[in-house]
Amino acid sequence: MNILRAASAGTLESSDALVMVSPGEGELAIDIESVVLPQFGAVIRQAVEEVAREMGVTAGIVRVNDRGALECTLRARVETALLRGTEAGT
Amino acid sequence: MIRSLLFVPGNSPAMLQNADIHGADALILDLEDAVALKEKDGARALVKHAVKALNFGGLPLVIRVNPLGSPYLEDDLLAMVPLRPAYLMPTKVSGAGDIQRISARMAEIEASRGMKSGCVGLLPLIETALGVENAFRIASSDPRVQGMLLGAEDLASDLGAARSKAGREIFYARGRMVMAARAAGILVFDTPFTDVDDEEGLEKDAGFAKSLGFDGKAAISPRHVAAINLAFSPTVVEINYAREVMAAIPKGEEAGLGVVSLHGKMVDKPIVERAKRVLAAARQLGLEGEDE
Repeated sequence: MNILRAASAGTLESSDALVMVSPGEGELAIDIESVVLPQFGAVIRQAVEEVAREMGVTAGIVRVNDRGALECTLRARVETALLRGTEAGT
Repeated sequence: MIRSLLFVPGNSPAMLQNADIHGADALILDLEDAVALKEKDGARALVKHAVKALNFGGLPLVIRVNPLGSPYLEDDLLAMVPLRPAYLMPTKVSGAGDIQRISARMAEIEASRGMKSGCVGLLPLIETALGVENAFRIASSDPRVQGMLLGAEDLASDLGAARSKAGREIFYARGRMVMAARAAGILVFDTPFTDVDDEEGLEKDAGFAKSLGFDGKAAISPRHVAAINLAFSPTVVEINYAREVMAAIPKGEEAGLGVVSLHGKMVDKPIVERAKRVLAAARQLGLEGEDE
């Protein structure tokens, strides 16, 4: 499944995350902005990678602006953004 | 025992993750009116992942789904049934056929996932004039239906009546809902009180609903939960009277009396049954030892 268009999900409210996806060549690029990046950056990255893998997305750009989201929230926002940006979301 | 059901917007992570701290007996995770049309997919994904990851304090979960005929219900059912919530809450339910169509689709999803058929219950929201008139048919339409909730805001709109705090416009609907639920042997819950800041009005409204026979009441604000729980809990006076009733029966039997008198009033079967219900509720709520 390929990211065909720029799309986003979530918000910048506390406990949420704004996830933006866009098409891109090569491997999946993940860019994370979070106030807890030193503590949870690896966990956030792993969650994004797992959701993308489960959805068969291997290329493109995923930008996460995390506002203290739980992992389940992050996974939901990534899933929604990817669905909106891929053919499944048309 | 469910006295209070707290509505939680399905697209709010902060409210979802803190939903179990307000003392409600059950949670209604909302995919319908609390969610903007363009965020239906986001809310569905958020509720799905939240239910998988969080245990919500072990509270019974009700998931309010979008109405039949909307473009969202099929996706709601596909995503929510596998989560095995205690209940799904179908909306704008107006007849037994609505329930039977939804239940049949749920059965297909359950079968496709290897789930036991019928393991997810239904707690339909009755919020149209036709739904109220068909309340008993809806209540007895399918074994999944274990309770009903009255939705007064949409109902008042359907009636062409203004919504009031006194609730005169929904008096008939409330009575009809309780009658239908009792006749079908299911639970029945009252509509939320929508003025978040009017605590006195809430207490009156909840007390009135209890007096009509409702089992509990929905809440749109966490601030309403405590008052609703109090209104639908047995009082110390009720518990003590129930104990006196239960104590009086063996004494009457020993005396060879068919009917017992307590404080000058006859104690017959309906009184005994009510006393049993009060004591059962007190036991469930841990209130039984208050005067011992």
